[in-house]
Amino acid sequence: MGGRPVHALVDVTETIAAGDHVAVMGPSGSGKSTLLHILGCLDRPSSGSYRLDGREVGDLDEAELTLVRRHRIGFVFQFFHLVPRLSALENVEVPMIFAGVPGAERRERARAALGSLGLLGRADHRPDQLSGGERQRVALARATVMGPSILLADEPTGNLDSASGAQVLDVLERMNASGLTLVVVTHDPNVARRARRVLVLVDGRIVRRGTGAAIQEASAGLAPPPT
Amino acid sequence: MSPRDLLRFALRALVGHRLRSALSLLGVSIGVAAVVVLTALGDGARRYVTNQFAAIGSNILIVFPGKTETTGGMPGFGGVPHDLTLDDAEAIRHDLIGVEKLAPIAMGTETVAHGERRRQVAVVGTTHEMMEIRHLSVARGRYLPPGEMGRGEPVAVLGKTVAEELFPGADPVGQVVRIGAWRMRVVGVTAHRGVQVGLDLDDVVVVPVATAMRILNRSSLFRIFIQVRSPSEMETTRQKVVKLLTDRHREEDVTCLAQDAVISGFTAILGALTLALAAIAAISLSVAGIGIMNVMLISVAERTREVGLLKALGAGRRQVLAVFLTEAILLSTVGGLVGLAAGEGGVGILTTFYPDLPARPPLWAIASSFLLSVAVGGVFGVLPARRATRLDPVAALAGR
Repeated sequence: MGGRPVHALVDVTETIAAGDHVAVMGPSGSGKSTLLHILGCLDRPSSGSYRLDGREVGDLDEAELTLVRRHRIGFVFQFFHLVPRLSALENVEVPMIFAGVPGAERRERARAALGSLGLLGRADHRPDQLSGGERQRVALARATVMGPSILLADEPTGNLDSASGAQVLDVLERMNASGLTLVVVTHDPNVARRARRVLVLVDGRIVRRGTGAAIQEASAGLAPPPT
Repeated sequence: MSPRDLLRFALRALVGHRLRSALSLLGVSIGVAAVVVLTALGDGARRYVTNQFAAIGSNILIVFPGKTETTGGMPGFGGVPHDLTLDDAEAIRHDLIGVEKLAPIAMGTETVAHGERRRQVAVVGTTHEMMEIRHLSVARGRYLPPGEMGRGEPVAVLGKTVAEELFPGADPVGQVVRIGAWRMRVVGVTAHRGVQVGLDLDDVVVVPVATAMRILNRSSLFRIFIQVRSPSEMETTRQKVVKLLTDRHREEDVTCLAQDAVISGFTAILGALTLALAAIAAISLSVAGIGIMNVMLISVAERTREVGLLKALGAGRRQVLAVFLTEAILLSTVGGLVGLAAGEGGVGILTTFYPDLPARPPLWAIASSFLLSVAVGGVFGVLPARRATRLDPVAALAGR
């Protein structure tokens, strides 16, 4: 408790182009998640600058940040974070509820989002009635139903078996291919390898940049086993 | 976020924790039900007393022998009041202008018989005017015939119960009954009235006052009922009555009370009692509010991740606040409604067992207890809801 402030990120300067697919790797505590939260406007840098679509995020007030999160950014988490009491369909509806989308349109869009991920048959199931892979795909449907331009994924396959993980990665790549900017934080070199670019963070600094394949070889000894 | 969606979202959250929601809802329900039942009880008591006296009529003065203050002195002097006689009653009627109607009453118990059937009942001796003063009505025949107070005709009017007991299945009008050793012709039967101010008016026999004094061997009247012309003349008439009787008896040995003074005394006491009961019940309602706050705090603590998630999904501060506040208000409102229903049920049970008690929750109690229950949710829900909005989404998502 207390003590000196810890700098989670130091001198991170990076530009991510629209439609890019970036993986962020690094050991625990290296600042990966902090970076992701700053990109997602959930957290603000104590100093420095984050420009999104040319706008300085630090200048936005709470209401504007809410709008950015609502319309520009989708989030996917390692532990899915579905609302347990709501069905798959209702979970997908949640962001639209807060955006004030009328009921009928909401259900239609949620169905379409679930359908495109092959989950229409599971629409009325609650999260505890779904497999891990299905849950993550429901979360993906929820993250993309508002039509964001950026999808931020925090260890999206960290809690899945390899088959489900591969399925989720396929979906992510498909979305990326259709223009969605994708930033994936991962421990898993197999996930990172599929990205167009990889950033390796250590102690809050970018120590390496490169393509997925190159990084995988170089950092073979760097990545600890996934948590 | 439309109000309907907000309500649905909050409802889903509450239904998700059935037991916990039900228990805190129960707290509010008990509070509201307590307010409803207790105020119904207090107000019922007040209305009961008012009805009892109101049945006697309005602008009524009651004269009875004896002073309400303690008398003493030498035995045989002062302590024994003079009789209140028919002459006194006549004097009041003829000498005082404010008096509109007057009915003397003599009372005692005697056996009433018809053939083999006999019954011990209260015998009330009075005059024709009693009917108007107490708003009585007859079911058959007529009431006592009008005429001089001193004329003791051998006629009787039976109460409903007495008539049914002595003449089962038959019309008693025109028949003869024995009251003690006296034979009386039945001229009428009064309509059902029930118990009033301690006397079951269905279980009495009414005879002319002079007759009653003879039957019962009384020299003094029990009461004199005086109906005064207008409410403004009540106090002056009361004083004139006391002065007149004091002059006639050469000492002040009667008491004269205004009906309304008695009623307003009772009403004030019972009104205060009702308020006190309501206050006690309101305390239980505010305790229920703390229960709601507790539940909502637990709910926020348990759903930190959800709060973080909602923020990440684009829920604004106000929306998060609205979600949790709506849950709290929903909880207390439903609790209030359940409490109103339970309270009405409780009052229903109460009146089933005590049908004479006009126990009805006053409108102000229903309205204020319900509004209070809603407000309780709003007030005690604010703290937990604000706590939810202040959660740092990053920390909340990490579940820290």
